Amino acid sequence: MDCNNFYVSCERVFRPELEGKPVVVLSNNDGCIISRSEEAKQLGLKMAEPAFLKKDFLKRHKVHVFSSNYTLYGDMSQRVMDVLRIFTTEMEIYSIDEAFLILTNTNNLYATIQKIQQTVFKSTGIPVSIGVGKTKSLAKIANKIAKKNKVYPGLFIINNTQQRDCILRNTHVEKLWGIGRQHHKLLRKNNIITAYNFTQINNQWIRKKMSVVGLRIKQELLGVSCMPIELCLPDKKAIATTRAFGKKINSYTYLCEAVATYATRCSEKLRKQSSVASIITVFIHTDPFNSRDKQYNKSKTFALPVPTNSNYQLAHYAIIALKQIYSIDYYYKKAGVIVDGLMPENEIQYGFFEVNNRVKWNMVIKATDKINKKYGRDKIKLAIMGMSNKWKLRQKKLSGRYTTNWDEIIQVLK
Amino acid sequence: MKTKIIKNNQIKVFKIAESVLCEIPLLLTKIQAGFPSPAEDYMEERLSLDKKLIKNRSATFFARVTGDSMINSGIYNGDLIIVDKALNPKPDSVLLCVLDGEFTLKKVRKIKNKMYMIPENPDYPPIKISEYNDFRIWGVVTYSIRTHY
Repeated sequence: MDCNNFYVSCERVFRPELEGKPVVVLSNNDGCIISRSEEAKQLGLKMAEPAFLKKDFLKRHKVHVFSSNYTLYGDMSQRVMDVLRIFTTEMEIYSIDEAFLILTNTNNLYATIQKIQQTVFKSTGIPVSIGVGKTKSLAKIANKIAKKNKVYPGLFIINNTQQRDCILRNTHVEKLWGIGRQHHKLLRKNNIITAYNFTQINNQWIRKKMSVVGLRIKQELLGVSCMPIELCLPDKKAIATTRAFGKKINSYTYLCEAVATYATRCSEKLRKQSSVASIITVFIHTDPFNSRDKQYNKSKTFALPVPTNSNYQLAHYAIIALKQIYSIDYYYKKAGVIVDGLMPENEIQYGFFEVNNRVKWNMVIKATDKINKKYGRDKIKLAIMGMSNKWKLRQKKLSGRYTTNWDEIIQVLK
Repeated sequence: MKTKIIKNNQIKVFKIAESVLCEIPLLLTKIQAGFPSPAEDYMEERLSLDKKLIKNRSATFFARVTGDSMINSGIYNGDLIIVDKALNPKPDSVLLCVLDGEFTLKKVRKIKNKMYMIPENPDYPPIKISEYNDFRIWGVVTYSIRTHY
């Protein structure tokens, strides 16, 4: 299951006047186009195109432009996934707008998936496409065909080997799920152009040149499942919060605010999965796209004395790292905090000479988490996170948080 | 939390008094000693408006009403309405409609094979939905909430 033009579709649910009109959603900081309505695609707008290069074009063609509103998209995604759960017990949420479902009742499949498609649309207003195949790889290919299906719009089933081979002959090998640029180069050199060609190579060759990953793709294309459905997402191995600033900054104070805020976000993500981090990395860099600026790019990594997920601890060490890499001679465009060496919260080895009162801090964090959950993010925050907003994201065209904020819900006039 | 040391119009900074912090009682586990509560066997889940008013969680949205076109249905200016997208309209349902891209709250009726949007206020005439209109039903209003306090 794949949501059609997901971010644009979310915006349209709450702005019905935009139905049938060209709409795009921009990435963080209003940088690139990351979601396009069909009308925007027809105008020739490309994925990942920088918006500032297209400013006049967007204006001339009256394209509606939105900043990305992840609060809204996250909630709408959850709604879609919750509706899908009615139809299956086994489901893997693959991304914000994609999921794999296992369908056990294979009688009258088209009727089943049509029902799923209609129910999701009726409940949430989000149009979705569904592709069915014996394996995840085949389902992905089927989904691509579904988007162009005239008989059952948005639906397609690969249901026999003859049809499968015909589709594989018409699928370029570089479009396959899991085939990267290096593998594509290698395959092209060996005259393997279509997915079907790929299924005809012998296993030893694939294994030698593309490792077991390549072999799995082949098996999947032949209908032998090698990538089982992952019912719950594995905990992340590393967590990062990195963001470009709304505008370039030079001041150490503002960098401190940004880095402390990113460290706090990391600590929130850690607590959410009950992990602690043992390594922290901070980086800052200038704007690589601006050739006139002097360039600078530096990072610092620390091992934390005791693994932690405390906002105070992580911000503290992030600032120490920042202090070591900051230089007043540059204008910075981006900073980031990465925490690594994650382990479960309950396996911490406490330091012998530890002076911090961990229990006390945990209570403070628990209390502030609760308050912030109730009254909004950062209602209570570390003072070093500041109030300047000088470095905050550029989100000029942000829509309402229609489903998560009482002040921004739908307004019905008349 | 004891002393308020800074105040401006946006933030309040509180100093955390350590002595107070340690005194917060922790009730993490059930109390072992003493008599068990006589009510324990009779515990029921406390009433929840969310559960009472929302049937389809994933399909339920909230909206704020401006205007007086539905006052005879008991929906007034400023009311909060609960809208369920998944429900099928009943003949007398109040519907959140989209007419030519705009949200509007009306009942919908078929009169002599023509579709009309019916306001619930004698001051407003019914609106005929022609083939030139782009008309959709967005959702069904299940409850409306007024503030009385």
